[in-house]
Amino acid sequence: MTESTIPSTRRGVPLWAQIIVWAFLVGLLALVAMGLSRRQQGTVQPGHVIDNFTLPLYSGYEWNGKSEVQFKDLRGKVVVINFWASWCKPCEEEAAALQQAWEEYAPSGQVIFLGVDYVDTEPEARVYLKKFGITYPNGPDLRTRISQYFRTKGVPETYFVDKEGVLRYVQVGPFTSIQQIRDQIDPLLGE
Amino acid sequence: MIADFGYGVLLVTFLVTIYSIVAALYGEYKKSAALVESARRAMLLTWPLLTLAAAVLIYLLVNHHFEVQFVYEVTSRSMPTYLKVTAWWGGQAGSLLFWSWLMSAFASLVTLRKWDRDREFLPWVLVVTAVTLAFFVGLNVFFENPFAKLYQTFEGVEAYTFRPTNGILFTPQDGRGLNPLLRHPGMIIHPPMLYLGFVSFVIPYAFALAALITGRTDDRWIRLTRRWTLWAWLFLSLGLVLGGRWAYDVLGWGGYWGWDPVEIAAFMPWLTGTAFLHSVMIQEKRGMFKHWNMLLIILTYSLVIFGTFLTRSGVLSSVHAFAQSAIGPSFFVFIGFTLIVSVALLIHRWESLHSETKMTSLLSREALFLFNNLLFMSILIVCFWGVIYPLISELLTGQKVTVGPPFYERATAPLFASLIFLMGIAPLSAWGHSTLKTLGRAIWKPGVAAIIVTVLLYLTYTQKVIALIGFFLVALVIFVTLYEYGRGAIARMKSRNENILTALWNLTGRDRRRYGGYIVHLSMMLMAIGILGIELFQVETQGTIAVGDSIHLAGYTVTYKEVASWDDRPNGVNHTRAVVEVYDSKGNLLGTLFPRKDYFYDAEQPMTIPGQLASLKDEVYVLLIDWEPISPVGTTFKVFVNPLVNWLWLGSLLFLVGIIIAAWPEKDPERVAVRVEKRVRQVSAADD
Amino acid sequence: MLKNFLRLTPYAIITALLATLLYTTFTFAQEPTPSDDEVNKIAKQLYCPVCESTPLDACPTEACRQWRELIRTMLAEGKSEEEIIQYFVDTYGARASAEPPNRLAAYLIPTVAILLGVLLLVRGFQMWLKPPITKVAAGEREAKPTPEDPYIARLEEELQKRK
Repeated sequence: MTESTIPSTRRGVPLWAQIIVWAFLVGLLALVAMGLSRRQQGTVQPGHVIDNFTLPLYSGYEWNGKSEVQFKDLRGKVVVINFWASWCKPCEEEAAALQQAWEEYAPSGQVIFLGVDYVDTEPEARVYLKKFGITYPNGPDLRTRISQYFRTKGVPETYFVDKEGVLRYVQVGPFTSIQQIRDQIDPLLGE
Repeated sequence: MIADFGYGVLLVTFLVTIYSIVAALYGEYKKSAALVESARRAMLLTWPLLTLAAAVLIYLLVNHHFEVQFVYEVTSRSMPTYLKVTAWWGGQAGSLLFWSWLMSAFASLVTLRKWDRDREFLPWVLVVTAVTLAFFVGLNVFFENPFAKLYQTFEGVEAYTFRPTNGILFTPQDGRGLNPLLRHPGMIIHPPMLYLGFVSFVIPYAFALAALITGRTDDRWIRLTRRWTLWAWLFLSLGLVLGGRWAYDVLGWGGYWGWDPVEIAAFMPWLTGTAFLHSVMIQEKRGMFKHWNMLLIILTYSLVIFGTFLTRSGVLSSVHAFAQSAIGPSFFVFIGFTLIVSVALLIHRWESLHSETKMTSLLSREALFLFNNLLFMSILIVCFWGVIYPLISELLTGQKVTVGPPFYERATAPLFASLIFLMGIAPLSAWGHSTLKTLGRAIWKPGVAAIIVTVLLYLTYTQKVIALIGFFLVALVIFVTLYEYGRGAIARMKSRNENILTALWNLTGRDRRRYGGYIVHLSMMLMAIGILGIELFQVETQGTIAVGDSIHLAGYTVTYKEVASWDDRPNGVNHTRAVVEVYDSKGNLLGTLFPRKDYFYDAEQPMTIPGQLASLKDEVYVLLIDWEPISPVGTTFKVFVNPLVNWLWLGSLLFLVGIIIAAWPEKDPERVAVRVEKRVRQVSAADD
Repeated sequence: MLKNFLRLTPYAIITALLATLLYTTFTFAQEPTPSDDEVNKIAKQLYCPVCESTPLDACPTEACRQWRELIRTMLAEGKSEEEIIQYFVDTYGARASAEPPNRLAAYLIPTVAILLGVLLLVRGFQMWLKPPITKVAAGEREAKPTPEDPYIARLEEELQKRK
């Protein structure tokens, strides 16, 4: 060993350098931890109060005479938010059931359905909407803001929000019958 | 039943590794050689145990035990047997077991060596390798049990390690089948190579930590692990190249490298590993940069674990991503733990790691190696930033972003060019001292040759400035390396009257590390030619044509002859295969290609296999994009002409040769010495 | 094999017939305008969130096919490359573009980090290359040019002799 032979430059790590190194390490780990926790979270969980968002509507759709829907204006109604896309085969399975359910509940004025079109192109989206005769308000998920907020994992996914704006149930994957939709809405209406 | 046995073996392995850690630590604390020896034996036991577990898993895979979730997910009845075996590493749980199995093989190999001179390292090397192994086996035991079985309960079918109450074993009729992309031969060897590279870097890291802990901070740990590092680097490099080849043959991008986060995750330890490989030489020759070497190996190990973590936790989105799983948090804790411990140790020992000599010249070999390290680290910074940037952006702005190839290409191109330039001059500079004059004298001949080549290329091949700079640098390195090689060979031929081949052979044999290294440099340059070719000269076109029509691209004519589609029932695949003929500009037929699209029924996934016409100059690469049985328009093809790309694959073959020359085990002079000593002792004993 | 062949024959005939029909009726049928190549040139710079990490021009999914058609439509409307990319970023978020949005930060930070590394190295060289104030300690390795191997030294000698 040469321990005793090199005298002059020998010293430990200066404190400031140690602080920088540790700060960097902790910052990095924190960053990865946050990224990880985001991935682990899954979708927004029931019980969460949903913040306001804006859904611009495709032309031909309107709500209260406006061409966009503000979520905060829907307080006092049960809101069913359905994420779909025209390229999504499973979405087609549930499209008819959703429209039928909408027709059932719409007259009461107590329930509103929102179709959020995820990463889709407008011409194809129109064809899809027309094909299934969908009449409830539909619009594109601009900049994928809404799906990012709900942390959706794919399409179709449907979120049931109660009259107080609290998320109550998340359906991942398509509905297989209209009864499944009724089962989620009816209890919320009674509240 | 047999699956439960497999799980039992895993559990025992886990306990054995834990015992090994505890015994080594306690033995070190109590200074008990017997305990450390016991820890060592425990470590030796892990490999047979894991082999047994693996054998059980393979038995289940081959024999359609679909009640086992892993078997159900990665195999199906229609798969051929060899694929059922390789499906072992085709899914999360199995590939973790594969990782542990390789890791334990390496750990056992290293524990088998003679430890006479390095007793003080033994317990710590054992602790580090056993902790790593325990972590990976633990993942299998607690989170991703490859032997978990499917049970039907009231809530539905789910996988459990132990039978839940009211659960009934559920055996599906058929499995889901391996992801078709993973059925390609390239994909069968690519992950094992990569894993081999990953796990073998654990060994130098273990020795480095042992050196830090014991305070024996001379270059002994580097000398002990030199060969390990070379092999690790070989496997990692091969893993990367094979991955590229696989992407080129299967993914239908017309390229081999997409700067996907997971590719980069495997590339980052390669960068630090390569830097380490060079900078350890400085420590060996000159006793300098001990801190730096420690830091590099710690970084390499951390990046290996980090890379595995990124691939498997779903933190980053990527084509390589495994299904989401619960192992993310434990990986995170493990990374945090190893990073913090390593850095703390390094800071603690900082003082005793000071250089024994001083830098004397900016152009000395060690200075140039330092520049080389700087460049590797710069590339690492770019890559790391690119990978981490989407996370930061999402955190700060809530906005998801993509960092695609343009960023990496722009940011790393000048760095790679400088690296090649250094590769050209470094072999000519001497350790300790070099001046511009000595360097200039050595470089002018190869330099002139490279300029001539560049001028020739300008006249005949390309006028692109970037390409000419690239080719100039590549030519420079090739000539410098050949020049160095040639000088040695000529000297031998003159002094020993050997013919050129014997002279080259003996020269290489004399200093394998140096000349093996030169061959690796040469091979890198061949690869660089391929990369320059595809990056700068690739052209592509897409068109929909009817039978008999042609697509023209870069002087080639691709004529569509026919198309057929059929089911391969036994293998569960539908093939759609087109026949196209490739002609050169003079109308000579160069070859017939069969681009095809395979549709795998079990996995419900298509795969696009290109037709490739390879030559050293170009490769014509044809993809069948779209075909409808009664389409009125015709069939859609995408045609790429990838110039020079085959130099990349040629280079990788030469690379293999070079690194094997450099890493081939030598007779260990120390061991010979020990043996002689023993014999002397025996002789003297006989005298008594 | 024969069976497959037979099964395919009708398709082949239909294809051939249709092909000849088309060929005779639209002898000058042009490539779809704009051409696939023009579309792919832009698609290369876009990433569809549906198949992450695969550039749009190479992605086989239905969603990506739709995106490519949209590019074609926009090209036909006379939109420029920048406008189209901007439209995709506005509609589908920043991750649709291969380039990160905050370009300055994306490029600046690694550059700064690398420059810091260079700075450290330069400082290191300044320190190392300073003539030692104290006498070189005993036991320190000599810093003269040392060929790594006596054999290489011999080689060098031979080479000198030859000149």
